[in-house]
Amino acid sequence: EPDRKTEVVLLACGSFNPITNMHLRLFELAKDYLHETGKYKVIKGIISPVGDAYKKKGLISANHRVTMAKLATKNSDWVEVDDWESCQSEWLETLKVLRYHHQKLLSADVTNSLQDAVPVAKLGRKRKQEPNRHEPVKKKNQSPVVKSVPQVKLLCGSDMLESFGVPNLWKLEDITEIVEKHGLVCISRAGNNVQKFIYESDILWRHKNNIHLVEEWITNDISSTKIRRALRRGQSIRYLVPEAVRAYIDRNRLYSPESEDRNAGLLLAPLQKHASDPRSSQ
Amino acid sequence: MRSRIPVILLACGSFNPTTNMHMRLFELARDHLHQTGRYQVIEGIMSPVSDKYGKKGLVSARHRVAMARLALETSDWIRVDPWESEQDTWTETVKVLRHHYNEALRAFQSKEFMRNKHPTESSTGDSLSCQQPVLPELKLLCGADFLQTFKTPNLWREEDIKEIVEKFGLVCISRAGSDPSQFIQESDLLSEFQHNIFLVREWIQNEISATQIRSALCRGLSVKYLIPDSVIAYIAQHNVYTAESERTNQGHLLQPLRLQNTTVNPLRD
Repeated sequence: EPDRKTEVVLLACGSFNPITNMHLRLFELAKDYLHETGKYKVIKGIISPVGDAYKKKGLISANHRVTMAKLATKNSDWVEVDDWESCQSEWLETLKVLRYHHQKLLSADVTNSLQDAVPVAKLGRKRKQEPNRHEPVKKKNQSPVVKSVPQVKLLCGSDMLESFGVPNLWKLEDITEIVEKHGLVCISRAGNNVQKFIYESDILWRHKNNIHLVEEWITNDISSTKIRRALRRGQSIRYLVPEAVRAYIDRNRLYSPESEDRNAGLLLAPLQKHASDPRSSQ
Repeated sequence: MRSRIPVILLACGSFNPTTNMHMRLFELARDHLHQTGRYQVIEGIMSPVSDKYGKKGLVSARHRVAMARLALETSDWIRVDPWESEQDTWTETVKVLRHHYNEALRAFQSKEFMRNKHPTESSTGDSLSCQQPVLPELKLLCGADFLQTFKTPNLWREEDIKEIVEKFGLVCISRAGSDPSQFIQESDLLSEFQHNIFLVREWIQNEISATQIRSALCRGLSVKYLIPDSVIAYIAQHNVYTAESERTNQGHLLQPLRLQNTTVNPLRD
């Protein structure tokens, strides 16, 4: 019964420097997994490249990274790119990006529901209601079942999950809200340490039902770092990234020893921020 | 300056279906040979095996060739050659090598003939032609698992392996974790010709086995970004992989094993 399933949007945050076939696979694996549980319906995938203010070594301009992601998702009917995060002048915590997309989803959902429920003649009066106030809105067909709230889940690899343990990288209360209010879909290679990592963390353990672990059997280690390395050495990256992305990188000569040196010696934005914030220690 | 030796890479296999990993093998091999400074890879050939191979789950060559063609649409140097798949019987790998080498030789000789007929054209040619023209070499491109099959009893004839490594050469791509050089050392035959066996390490792991792809397809799981979109569309359009197609040749012996068994039949000796 389609109405009983929870609608899910998968959000992937990261550098995407550049985007690779592996990033794109994460979405496919996550969607298949969630659908097979019978409880979820994945309605959208969002790629949100990080802003330049992240200051990661080798991070090239967000314009290029967003463009490449868009080229990569041209042939996808459900995964898209959102550049809101990359347009912010300061680095944003992942939780803030999750909240933003969640809010956006709720507003769209309420607007859709209002449009369904309101007869055209009464439109003027209904507009006085606060658009963001979320209350059950009865559909025209008077179904008594309230459609469950769509969820935005953070899609990631095991490296991101395990980065929760890096001192000063994440705020404890952020991690808590991510797993409690939103949820994680974590793709990892067979034989990884993710389950052990979750076991050793009280917060993650408490919310383990909201952490979906998906095992990837097809070893697919196409990291952006290796792609950039291959490019510096004049080696081919064909069939590891979408062809349109490869052509774009080639045309614009995006990656070089110089580009790899960008932000060298600088502290990563979250580390900078939390080091100066006395409340941040875990 | 000595000119580079032109090389053609030939990959034999089921290609059931062609995956991104198959195509990566070509790219890795080409990069490696170029970086030795001694070779210029001029062509890549994908040669899908004939239906007569008798492998479990092998779909019709018509489909496998069509899918390979679609996969290679964006490549300007790799092509699929259906010759092997069109033969009436299964063809030993060494025979496929010989066939393609003879074809390459003929093309080379006719080019030489034309060059000698019109000597003025050679001055505008590439670096290959400004020196003494060098005969092209044909090398077998494979993964490390292929190399390991040399020791499967009755799968290969000893003299075939010898001809492959002596006359042609191997370019063998292996995963970051494994190292086939030990396997080579343990074989007298392979050690003798190790100068003609090029080992290429694949550091970016990308082990997309066609078997896993077929399994995913049968379960209705996505294989997007593992094989080209055009191949996915073809498979859907023609309903190529099903539970039934997986049962093809079930219980049958592989053709090369079948052949070897008849030759060692004690009654015949």
